[in-house]
Amino acid sequence: MRPTSLTPSLARLPALILGLFLSASVAFASADTLPEIQHLMKQGQMPQALEKVDSYISGRPKDAQGRFLKGLILTEMGRPAEAIAVFTKLTEDYPELPEPYNNLAVLYAQQKQYDKARTALEMAIRTHPSYSIAHENLGDVYAKLASQAYDKALQLDSSNSVTQTKLSLIRELISTSAKPGVKPSATAHPVAEAVKMAVVDPAKPAATPSAAVAPVAPQVKPVEKLPEPAKTEKAPDTKAASTTLAKPAGTESTEGEITKALQNWASAWARKDVKGYLAHYASDFQTPGGVPRKTWEAERTQRIDKPGKLQVSVEDVKVSLAGDKATVKFRQHYSSASLKSSTGKTVVFVRSGSKWLILQERVG
Amino acid sequence: MRRAALAIALIAACAAGPAVPDIARHPTTLSDSGPEPQLSRIFSEIEKNNLDNALAQTESLLQQYPNFRLAHLIKGDLLLARSMPITTFGNALNAPQEKLSDLREEAIARLKAYRDKKASSNYVPRYLLQMEPDQKYAIVVDTQKSRLYLYQNDHGRPRFVADYYVTHGKLGTDKTREGDKKTPIGIYHVTSSLPLKKLGDFYGSGAFPINYPNEWDKHQGRNGHGIWLHGTPSDTFSRPPKASDGCVVLANTDLDAIAKTLQLGLTPVIISNSIEWLSFDDWQSERSALNKKIDDWRQDWESRDLNRFLKHYSRKFQTKDQTLEQFAKQKSLVNASKEWIKVKLSNQSMFRNPGQEEVVVVTFDQDYRSNNLNNQMKKRQYWIREDGTWKIIFEGSS
Repeated sequence: MRPTSLTPSLARLPALILGLFLSASVAFASADTLPEIQHLMKQGQMPQALEKVDSYISGRPKDAQGRFLKGLILTEMGRPAEAIAVFTKLTEDYPELPEPYNNLAVLYAQQKQYDKARTALEMAIRTHPSYSIAHENLGDVYAKLASQAYDKALQLDSSNSVTQTKLSLIRELISTSAKPGVKPSATAHPVAEAVKMAVVDPAKPAATPSAAVAPVAPQVKPVEKLPEPAKTEKAPDTKAASTTLAKPAGTESTEGEITKALQNWASAWARKDVKGYLAHYASDFQTPGGVPRKTWEAERTQRIDKPGKLQVSVEDVKVSLAGDKATVKFRQHYSSASLKSSTGKTVVFVRSGSKWLILQERVG
Repeated sequence: MRRAALAIALIAACAAGPAVPDIARHPTTLSDSGPEPQLSRIFSEIEKNNLDNALAQTESLLQQYPNFRLAHLIKGDLLLARSMPITTFGNALNAPQEKLSDLREEAIARLKAYRDKKASSNYVPRYLLQMEPDQKYAIVVDTQKSRLYLYQNDHGRPRFVADYYVTHGKLGTDKTREGDKKTPIGIYHVTSSLPLKKLGDFYGSGAFPINYPNEWDKHQGRNGHGIWLHGTPSDTFSRPPKASDGCVVLANTDLDAIAKTLQLGLTPVIISNSIEWLSFDDWQSERSALNKKIDDWRQDWESRDLNRFLKHYSRKFQTKDQTLEQFAKQKSLVNASKEWIKVKLSNQSMFRNPGQEEVVVVTFDQDYRSNNLNNQMKKRQYWIREDGTWKIIFEGSS
């Protein structure tokens, strides 16, 4: 069974890649150009590598190695559509090779097409059931699909909170060198080692809290050794502990701040200060029906900017605070030239620096 | 190992009941509309540890109901179970607990209703004592089960047609005050159908206000307004069991199905906390006993014997503007001039009020003839159980 960790260690990669290239040059003596292309790739000279590989393929249109390299080069050059085309064609011509499926999945995942990524990886595993990289990648894709399903179930927007998936691109076609019937053994897998494609987790937690907690060993190399989950758990804990004492007073004034923000929002609306009104919404505000922000803003602007007197006030404001978020329930009295209403509303505020901004707004 | 954990987690959340009912045996009475049969199958696949089947079925359920949040949650769990062990139903990280427990409750409500389905076809809700011939259908809501039952009038006897998942008030039932976010309990009817153009997306495919507060509610001092049957916003297939401000909310397709059966001002909409079910025999005897009582009242009225007539009235009797004493005085005055009285009742309906109070609402067309006055009216009476017998506590034109 593969380890439950979703992220294979990055640390051992460089050595393995080196080994990979050495062995590759031996395995394919068919043409000297292939190692040459790989060398160009290694040096980052992608246009030259592409030129070479194209001329290589033009003489051998069926050559899987050459086409595979071309797919990699296009991927490196940030031309995913063409790379996808190359790998797709490879899976059609050589359905028994798992690597093109895997890389296709990586490209799909980068474009957030997780269903396609899943299908491709399932194909890779069908051809090579013990293919560990494909399994790991598939695990990540399942987790990503699960998170999308949860978003739909719970109406969350996790697009900016969840780290980008880190699927492993396979750099080398190894299954061609293995004779048919020879199952890729466990030792064979590391050869097809991976390079992390995606950007590393953008929300890199600061190391300061842990340093403060463990002052005894200030010289220990800190960041990379710290297991990530523990860190994310720890940080809120220490924070909570330190603020416990001050809490009552703190929340009271915080609630005051939020109520103030709500009132400012209502009055900006009432005086038709569109800019001021929109400024109360967080950048990741969940627009009704998930329409694009621009569309929503245009619609609000048009609504608010109508002629006639406008009155908006809030009443019965109840704030429930949870960390940097606050759910505010209140009654909204609205009257314009054409409509008079009094409705229960719920607005979720999120702390943004010193301000509280609206993340969600709904009736009821 | 991780599969077993998932199965346990999901099933524990759903308080698995006995076996799924035998669909084949009641093909005509069990409506297979709605997602419950599929949901139930998905959960039984999970119980059997066939997670791949369960996922495939969940995905096909989602094709049918793309905005079914509960199915998305199950899908999330089934996918996540492939990449890591999961421990509970709804493993989304950092998910608001409130939303998760809403979906869990919806799952439980739907599965339980599906498993207990037999009751609705072999028993009758006690409230539907008698439907008048013009009432083609009747609606009975069970808020605890989050279920709405549709009955057809089969010569006065209610015949089960279908049942649907519903949402009711955030703060439960027994509405008494404006804004208490509760659903009223009682006997109502739909008063109108609101034009779609006037409704926001929030109300889905339609809205039908009911006549809360009715005479009885007002008599009890209850207030508030704007209790509707309505649909669901376009971004979701259904809402949690307790989520409205007091309205009864259905999925849009279900509301559309119900809408076809609704006769404005006529179709009874009875909302209860928990339906009391009677066997047909018990239902029949309760109905005959009450019919007998009403006929006694009619005959005693014709007798012109004031004491015989008044013994049918409760000590706390009231009309809109009279107490029992005033009512008796007026009757005795009127009776003095009567040589004969004939009273005929027709189109009679009898609905028992849900809840603690033993109250039956009786409505009929009354054809009154006498030597000096003839009068036809539609009358509504509230009969209450007092001193071991049924008495009239309120009456008036309806």
